Amino acid sequence: MTSTRNVALTIGLLCVSLAGWEGAVRLLAVPIYIVPPPSRVVVALWRGFASGLYPRHLVYTLTETVLGFLLGAALGFSLGIAVASSRYIEYFVYPYIVMFQSLPKVALAPLIVIWFGLGLASKVVNAALVAFFPLMVNTMVGLRSADEDRVSLMRALAASEPQIFWMLRLPGALPFVMAGLDVAVILALIGAIVGEFVGAQHGLGMLIQSMNFTMDVSGQFSVLLLLSVLGLALNKGIAVLRRRVLFWDPSVKSRSDAL
Amino acid sequence: MAATAISVAGVAMRYAARGASVAALADMSFDVAEREFVAIVGPSGCGKSTLLKILAGLLPPTRGEARLRGTPIAGPRRDIGVVFQAPVLFPWRTVLDNVLLPVDVQGLPRDRHRRAALDLLALVGLEGFEQRYPWELSGGMQQRVSIIRALIHDPAMLLMDEPFGALDAMTRELMNLELQRIWLERKKTVLFITHSIPEAVFLADRVLVMTPRPGAIMDDVAVRLPRPRSLDAMSTSEFGGCVARIRARFNAQGGVDA
Ligand SMILES: Nc1ncnc2c1ncn2[C@@H]1O[C@H](COP(=O)(O)OP(=O)(O)OP(=O)(O)O)[C@@H](O)[C@H]1O
Ligand SMILES: [Mg+2]
Repeated sequence: MTSTRNVALTIGLLCVSLAGWEGAVRLLAVPIYIVPPPSRVVVALWRGFASGLYPRHLVYTLTETVLGFLLGAALGFSLGIAVASSRYIEYFVYPYIVMFQSLPKVALAPLIVIWFGLGLASKVVNAALVAFFPLMVNTMVGLRSADEDRVSLMRALAASEPQIFWMLRLPGALPFVMAGLDVAVILALIGAIVGEFVGAQHGLGMLIQSMNFTMDVSGQFSVLLLLSVLGLALNKGIAVLRRRVLFWDPSVKSRSDAL
Repeated sequence: MAATAISVAGVAMRYAARGASVAALADMSFDVAEREFVAIVGPSGCGKSTLLKILAGLLPPTRGEARLRGTPIAGPRRDIGVVFQAPVLFPWRTVLDNVLLPVDVQGLPRDRHRRAALDLLALVGLEGFEQRYPWELSGGMQQRVSIIRALIHDPAMLLMDEPFGALDAMTRELMNLELQRIWLERKKTVLFITHSIPEAVFLADRVLVMTPRPGAIMDDVAVRLPRPRSLDAMSTSEFGGCVARIRARFNAQGGVDA
């Protein structure tokens, strides 16, 4: 009942604001190379898809993002485990990781393109470097947050340290890991786009830049729209994964029931 | 006299805490016979949980020696079951898998113990909840799960640290009856820590009374009530006498907290 009303309201609001945008641009005679009317953006989107240009670049950027995300997640997860389980690694390695993290990584992108070329590899590396940190920190915090009573229980059962890790710490860290993945996937997309800006032959980021040179602002708007939909889809993907992995977590359960 | 299951001789414990050190146990000595049910009562902070951790092998005592069935405690052992004040269940395991945790940790055959777990769950009235998750259970149900988890690998001894402390009075009485029934059926050695004098007297063959911190035993009260005891046992003069005697010991020491 309420949900159908909310959907109607959302669509209505969207229509009104789009109409307002269209009207304002036409009424004030804003040049099309500054702000295009929504109708132009839709036309650009349609042309891009019909010509097969957008799907090709979309798939390319998606591939970069997913590969970079997987690489960064694997890196962040294993570093998180390493730092959480060894005082030495925490003492000797962690400060460098934090130093590296405080560097604006966008500034690294030109170097990475020099090292890894204009192709897929440099975007994947860039995405991975931007994405790994939140996952590492969350994995670390998650592994350390194991409840003291549960650890005592495992110890009282004469469990070994590996058993405590696999049966208690790791499953207990999963809610934190999933929250880290949530952030990491969007960061991976940003990393891939930045990489494309610096130097690329394919991808939505490269498309935006070449449109910028030809002053095709409606085209840029349409690609931006595409990027935000892509980000949303990646986010939804993680949400689905999260519900699968954390089926036992009452907070996840109640949230999905409420929807 | 039966063989000795737990023997504590001159055990003292000091915690080192930022320069200062806290004496938790002063000088504890007592024996528990095989298949005996012994309760320990004492004011809050007198070192009851500390004692239990020492017996569970989680904490080496500063002084003295504790033995289980004749061997000095050198670390956690597999022939004891521990029940903590909180249920301490794993939220990602079903009720059945929570009960089977000791089986998984100790690498025992799962199928045989699965049957035993189902029997135990039925014994405490949790039939039909085997595949539920802990958060779908009430506090009392969770605590029942944690008790049968301590029984699943059939340990000779049970160490229980205020297992019913968080429950309301009525659930608590039911759980006391249930624990007595389990104990009569399985005849294990039980060391049961509690704040509640009536609970201790109702359940135990002997009640050890502790002084305030640093803890030591100040009285050893034998409860001569026939088994199985029903809640009516609480209105007998033997029950009243034991409770009054323990209370008097506390009052002489400067009051009880509960
Ligand atoms: N890890 C620790 N480090 C320092 N001091 C501790 C530690 N654990 C307990 N203590 C101290 O030792 C004393 C005994 O603690 P313990 O937990 O054994 O008491 P308790 O009898 O179980 O109390 P309660 O009935 O409230 O559970 C307390 O005064 C406490 O402050
Ligand atoms: Mg305690």
